[in-house]
Amino acid sequence: MGALVIVFLKEFRENLRDRRTLAAALLFGPLFGPLMFGAVISRMLEQNLVESDRPLELTISGDAVAPGLVDYLRSHGVRLTPRTLTEAGARAAVKSGAAGVVLIVPPEYAARFAAGAPAPLWLFADSADSQTRKYADRARALLGGYGSGIAQLRLQVRGVNPLVSVPVALNDIDVATPTGRAAGILGFMTYFVLFAVLMGGLYLAIDSSAGERERGSLEALLSLPVERAALVGGKLLATCAYMAISLAISLSAFVVVLRFVPLDKIGMSTNMGAATALSLFAICLPFVPLGAALMTFVASFTRSYREAQTYLTTVLLIPTLPIAFASIYSLKTKSSLMLIPSLSQHLLMTSVLKGESIAVRDVCVSAASSLALALLLAALTARHWRRETMLG
Amino acid sequence: MIEADGLSKRFGAVAAVEDVSFRARDGEITGLLGANGAGKSTSLRMLYGVIAPDKGRATVDGLDVRGETSRARAHLGVLPHAAGLYANLSARENIAYFGALQGLAPPLIDARIERLAAALDMTRFLDRRAKGFSQGQRIKVALARALVHDPRNLILDEPTNGLDVMAIRQLREMLLNLRSEGRCVLFSSHVMGEVAALCDRVVIIGNGRVLADDTPLALRERVGSATLEQAFLQVLSLAETA
Repeated sequence: MGALVIVFLKEFRENLRDRRTLAAALLFGPLFGPLMFGAVISRMLEQNLVESDRPLELTISGDAVAPGLVDYLRSHGVRLTPRTLTEAGARAAVKSGAAGVVLIVPPEYAARFAAGAPAPLWLFADSADSQTRKYADRARALLGGYGSGIAQLRLQVRGVNPLVSVPVALNDIDVATPTGRAAGILGFMTYFVLFAVLMGGLYLAIDSSAGERERGSLEALLSLPVERAALVGGKLLATCAYMAISLAISLSAFVVVLRFVPLDKIGMSTNMGAATALSLFAICLPFVPLGAALMTFVASFTRSYREAQTYLTTVLLIPTLPIAFASIYSLKTKSSLMLIPSLSQHLLMTSVLKGESIAVRDVCVSAASSLALALLLAALTARHWRRETMLG
Repeated sequence: MIEADGLSKRFGAVAAVEDVSFRARDGEITGLLGANGAGKSTSLRMLYGVIAPDKGRATVDGLDVRGETSRARAHLGVLPHAAGLYANLSARENIAYFGALQGLAPPLIDARIERLAAALDMTRFLDRRAKGFSQGQRIKVALARALVHDPRNLILDEPTNGLDVMAIRQLREMLLNLRSEGRCVLFSSHVMGEVAALCDRVVIIGNGRVLADDTPLALRERVGSATLEQAFLQVLSLAETA
């Protein structure tokens, strides 16, 4: 037990003195996620808001043929730019980006409209362009509205109740709470949190195993009258300590950043306060020793810092796999899924962010499975350290 | 006293060390002499217990390195072939870390460090980080680290490798001091001059076997050579023709 504490204190202190790795572990790792997240989400939200507030701009050709339609569009706030365009010209203008959405009223429109036959309209838009696609959708909705308005008028003129043309009245009800809607976006957040956890211990995990070998201090250490398990244990504990600090910094940064993200403007809210952050910390804590053991285990097999870094970059991707899987299949918190580390933390964190209640049993199973795997990996690491091949 | 008794070790199909026996006595400096790859490091590693022999026994002060590993190691200071320091710790902290892992109490560690710093002339850089140390400074700290628990026995694997002339001289003086304190010093080398200048006893290893075990003088007389280098080459060629 004594040796374990001595190793822990030495590794903790040594890492604290390395400015570069400390910056990576405690600044870049935990802050990268929240800052990028805040910036990207704010930008996305602002763009959404701006687009729905901005008047629809429509280039129209042949507007003289359809004065009724033009009046209708103007009265709905559409900004019309009259131009004379052929079909090919309209196609080219949309493709080149010179015009966003183009509406052509062909000359035969007036005659067919007067005769009560379907009057043709041509709408040109580029569905691959995410900006103009939204304008095209709005134009389509407006034109559809104009069409059904005219249809009802015609029925009325013929003495038919216009309501016969409205056979169903659809009421669209969205049950998502403002918090729940936000959680869709916040789903990314869990990955950044787990990433911060791993980044916090990455350098120490490498330095205390592969680094020890590379700088040639390993053999002297291994020839001491100390149990190898105590050496590994102390190193793992120091790695865990930095990971837990990184986790705390990351969550605090999220609490701060989310204050500045205008989620409320699009009818979303988040319950990311101090209490939520504490629950998230508790949920993620069992993932800390697992990450530490996994990284140290992998790094123990490598001969140099560089080699360890190469392998551990792959290890950093491991927690993303279950999360990607979860979003593709839109998995929900289920007891059986609590057995899978990183996925269970992701699901529990998402539930907490949505403001749903989580079962104590699920939290316990998630923690127990992560800790069990951590113990197994730690034991395997200690076994490897007992081998002669460890000397290299 | 360090004893090797019939030590053998294979790595796959290669017999690295075969039936190596010798004794390094207290108050003497014993040199393990051999070409690169002759089995010196493997023999020493079995003596300080980081690899297990397939056959044979290694003891330190009569303590079995395999059976009583911790107790035997407490009697032993080790300066391995790679003797790197922790760059972000000071010389003092490097030594204190090993002292603590040897189970010494902090006041005792402090006292030992003061004594070693004086003996090894390292007070000037004792509290500096090891990052920019010269080879001579590094070897001093590594030696102090190996001696912090005041062991009766010391094993050094190619300690002069990569050292400049000044550092080699200083190391030589340190080893002679340790001998005069009655300690058992065992070191390996492939540099003849070093062994001739220092050793009371020479063990020559070739192809994993002990080819000769004697005083430098007796060795020279036996094969009729004027220098130890000639004697060494003579022993090797005799072994090959045998």
